[in-house]
Amino acid sequence: MKVAFASGKGGTGKTLFATNLAYRAAGKGLAAAYVDVDVEAPNGHLFLVPSDTSSTRLSVEVPFLKTETCSGCGECQKFCAYNAIVALRDTVMLFPELCHSCRGCMRVCPEGALAMKKREIGSISRGFRDALAVYTGTLDVGEARAVPLIEGVLESVEHTELVIIDAPPGTSCSAMASVDTADLVVLVTEPTPFGLHDLTLAVEMCRALGKNVSAVINRSDLGDRGVFEYLEREGIETLAAVPFDKSIAEAYAAGKLAYENSSELANALQSVEDWIIKSMPAGKEIAS
Amino acid sequence: MKQIVVLSGKGGTGKTFVSASLSAIAAPVVSVDCDVDAANLALVLEGKDVLTEDFSAGRRAVIDTDACTGCSDCIDECVFDALSLDDNGTAVVDEHKCDGCGVCSLVCGEGAVSMKDNLAGRWFVRRTQSGFLVHAALGIAQDNSGKLVARIRQEAVNTAEKESLDTVIIDGPPGIGCPVHASVTGADLVLAVSEPTVSGMHDLKRLIDLCRHFEIKCAVVINKFDLDISRSRRIEEMIEASGLVSFLGTLPFDKQVPLNMALGIDPLEISGFGPLMKNIWEKTLEMLK
Repeated sequence: MKVAFASGKGGTGKTLFATNLAYRAAGKGLAAAYVDVDVEAPNGHLFLVPSDTSSTRLSVEVPFLKTETCSGCGECQKFCAYNAIVALRDTVMLFPELCHSCRGCMRVCPEGALAMKKREIGSISRGFRDALAVYTGTLDVGEARAVPLIEGVLESVEHTELVIIDAPPGTSCSAMASVDTADLVVLVTEPTPFGLHDLTLAVEMCRALGKNVSAVINRSDLGDRGVFEYLEREGIETLAAVPFDKSIAEAYAAGKLAYENSSELANALQSVEDWIIKSMPAGKEIAS
Repeated sequence: MKQIVVLSGKGGTGKTFVSASLSAIAAPVVSVDCDVDAANLALVLEGKDVLTEDFSAGRRAVIDTDACTGCSDCIDECVFDALSLDDNGTAVVDEHKCDGCGVCSLVCGEGAVSMKDNLAGRWFVRRTQSGFLVHAALGIAQDNSGKLVARIRQEAVNTAEKESLDTVIIDGPPGIGCPVHASVTGADLVLAVSEPTVSGMHDLKRLIDLCRHFEIKCAVVINKFDLDISRSRRIEEMIEASGLVSFLGTLPFDKQVPLNMALGIDPLEISGFGPLMKNIWEKTLEMLK
């Protein structure tokens, strides 16, 4: 069972819920993995502090000029949909950070002058916090394309009963790739007009991808009724609502797992976990 | 013309609050909301959209099912895994996965694949109390956010030139990837809004590295500094030690900020923030000299 924690707006509490829920569930005997695919700003490892970590580099394919036979015909530039090649008089200038690895330039080159080579864009690390497997994707600073790394991280996860995916904010390609393989999506929101605006977009994105969504409302007492009314109207189940609590904010600020000091958060995590278990095909039990 | 881009790495640190406040102080300016897939600045800078334009970017493959023989060449060569055979034995495109590269169209022996332009979103120019706001809405489940950011950045410059305004304030997206690169390109200063959490600090470091990578000046504001005063100090020390980044000041945590902003209350009128923001803006201007 793969469950993605996503949101339109940033800073609503995705990482707070994903890390705490994954660690707590693993502590109760469920084979669980936490997977951080917010590769531009991966933060889950700061709270889970995995040990025994091993890391691999992820590469994508980009073109290079393998011979001196370039005639400067410009066919590659004409074909490239990503502006990653500029043809000069008798050579080409390549912008590998813009390349999407489609291999089209190589195909259209009449001289056979282009070939593909590997270009590293980030790393995938795996470690453990007690029984919980912790995966982190980290995009190299200066790299633009997060999607191949997100897909690489998700593919690297070994089969477990419960996979918790911590998605990046937004509703664009990175967010889509992060929820694409999930069985369930939990949208973490806050009851402000900004939270509502971005929640609406996230719901529409998930529905376009055919995903079932439910919601968790964080800082549920700091705002208005808009988010509550929207969720009700759309028939989206609210799994938990957690009021603002300075002890949660302080634990989060310090990189601690906040549920250990907040019964309110622990109860909310239990509700989300119950819902996940209920949604599992085999109805797997976790000892409490 | 000076372009200042407000970034953070981590989401939810207060980019939009700072962008709206600085826009009010520096008015008249052109503000730009480059967080095109979760745009919020238009909820704060109210006014009337005076221009609305469709935005096309990228292409999508379209299959002529009468011409398709089901040979699977396109499926084999698509690196995005966007093509498959349907029950009728002809190719079908997954619109969400298609990246618009055109390789399928190239390899199809029957000429059964064509590429059509893709409507990726819309953008708007709004007249506001602080000048103009250029904002956008990426279509649902669309990619191309970087291209849309580049488009509205250009429109902001055009508007500033037309209206003889010399300041562009850019409310950037979270992260450090593609839409951030498009937000930073050609800007004069990155104003990083951080917060005193382990996440805020971690993502600030990556953002500073990105500024180094692009060789662009960077200055930092710590928002909600009083949630963890000692960690705020550590961020200040980290900035001083780097020697490359300037420190502009701190802002306190006030749980009323989001609602007040959403109610359209002038951000400078929210208790105590006016003088703090003015101080930050004066230091920003110093850096741009």
